[in-house]
Amino acid sequence: MKASSQITMESNSPNARREGWKPIFRKIYRQRYLQVMALLGIAWMIVFNYIPMYGIIIAFKEYDIISTISEAPWVGLDHFKEFLQDDALIEVIRNTLGISLIKLIVGFPLPIIFALLLNEVRSVFFKKSVQTITYLPHFLSWVVLGGILATWLSDVGVINKILLAMNVIDAPISYLAEAKYFWTIIIASDIWKELGWSAIIYLAAISGVSPELYEAATIDGAGRFQKILNITLPSIMGTISILFILAVGGVLNSNFDQILVLRNQLNASASNVIDIYVYQTGLNEGRYSYSTAVGLLKNVIALTLLIGANSVTKKLNNTSLF
Amino acid sequence: MISMKRQTKGEFAFEIMNGILMLAICFITLYPIWYVVVNAFNDANDAMRGGIYWWPREFSLESFKAVFNSKGIMTAMGVTVAKTVLGVLVHVLFTSMVAYAFSREELYGRKLYMIIGTITMFFGGGLIPTYLLIRNLHLLDNFMVYIIPAAFSFFDLIIFMSFFREIPAGLEEAAKIDGANDFKIFLRVIIPVSMPVVATIALFHGVYQWNDYFTGMIYINNPNLQPIQTFLYRVVAQSSSNQMISAMPTGVSKNITSQSLKLATMIVTTAPIVVVYPFLQKYFVKGFMIGSIKG
Repeated sequence: MKASSQITMESNSPNARREGWKPIFRKIYRQRYLQVMALLGIAWMIVFNYIPMYGIIIAFKEYDIISTISEAPWVGLDHFKEFLQDDALIEVIRNTLGISLIKLIVGFPLPIIFALLLNEVRSVFFKKSVQTITYLPHFLSWVVLGGILATWLSDVGVINKILLAMNVIDAPISYLAEAKYFWTIIIASDIWKELGWSAIIYLAAISGVSPELYEAATIDGAGRFQKILNITLPSIMGTISILFILAVGGVLNSNFDQILVLRNQLNASASNVIDIYVYQTGLNEGRYSYSTAVGLLKNVIALTLLIGANSVTKKLNNTSLF
Repeated sequence: MISMKRQTKGEFAFEIMNGILMLAICFITLYPIWYVVVNAFNDANDAMRGGIYWWPREFSLESFKAVFNSKGIMTAMGVTVAKTVLGVLVHVLFTSMVAYAFSREELYGRKLYMIIGTITMFFGGGLIPTYLLIRNLHLLDNFMVYIIPAAFSFFDLIIFMSFFREIPAGLEEAAKIDGANDFKIFLRVIIPVSMPVVATIALFHGVYQWNDYFTGMIYINNPNLQPIQTFLYRVVAQSSSNQMISAMPTGVSKNITSQSLKLATMIVTTAPIVVVYPFLQKYFVKGFMIGSIKG
């Protein structure tokens, strides 16, 4: 039964005459269920990943909503040139890199320090409780967190009440309505939300360190801090490197969900980052081609950064992403 | 044990300071949320005077009653529940199915398939080309826009694959001898022994579905298809208190304010996740470890 259907399938195929193909078709036929399962995934990726990649060509065309992509006239690099000459360029770059670099400098080491310190807690119950509690904010959506922040930072909010009581300020400030506070709010709230969650991966790496190393160090008379510095930290260096590569690769990715919730007209000069600009020009202003060009430029630079960071860490300590 | 005996004064001081620091971090984590909770459970007009920090001054459930009586909010909640349940089911089944096929060494074309997938992790079409695709697929204003474009993730596939590789081959062999095809093996043999990774991905995707407001915001116009997060986004970010007031059920408006209704909606929206995640904690920590080893 099985053998006969195999033969029909092979004789139907155009290459059946060539002997070399036979074993391949037989092999594929034998794993037809597996192939269908795999190809459904490939089909999904072609539709939802590769068709939009093809759609990027509108960055080099003058696309409008009425025509199809292939009908739209080519304009070469016009949209890229327009972006590079746009007044918004400087602001967008400053905001994107400013927020990301501060996040990298402040936000990247904090979960590592937190994981190292939490690992020193002896009581298992206390340790688990701290973990469960600090994971909590990760599960809040940025919309809900935006609501919490709006409540805290409003004219009548807690922050103003405390600062007024301490005589630090003499009139309430609308923090979200002023550009100069925006970066601080963005960075602080991001750390608040993700500190515990980002530490999971380091805690997992720490738990993989062999206890024998610590025992040997204890016998050699090493103290606690020496063990942290000479055993724990070097042992998780690989994990730190990988996450650092990813963080550098993502330096142009602002936290879009977060900024979209917290930005408004009044703080626009500090909240206009590349992703917001792409969204604003593309979906709100309908400049599809221009927005796609800006997005493409960003993606290409991000990919270059990722590859660069990867080769640097590869040279430095022999760990790499690819 | 050895280190216990050797503990110096400095180390003891460190331990105390460390414990205090950890408690402080827990306080900073919980208090902002607690503040919202006590204010939401306070009488709305009284809460406007401010000064409620630790406990409700005039306990009231009116705002919560209003949330549950609001047709708009309940419809949005229903959309969120539906998209989360269906979205998780489809995402987990579809991604794990593809991952199982990809994890089998003998799969012909496996290398090519992996390259096709890996590229998607590093490069994408971006906002507008994706928007145009969704429009051409007639998914605008269609509930399926929450499900189909989120049905698969190559990153999750890698996590599934590294779990599947650890499954002893003997299990599959036994099923094969019984004449089961690969799909049946996947469904009846692989999935039941893969519950830790299934729970992890289900939680991650569930949180994504539950919290995502962007999809509902750009692809959906019909208010009856709008999830609760999109509804809240319009209230919070665009300070559209009109939306909140229009969502208020008639007759109870005296005892609630748009602010109290907002806080109560935020709590009702968040509570389900907060209740669920501690129970799944042991799974997602494990899932993270798999992901970090082979990510």
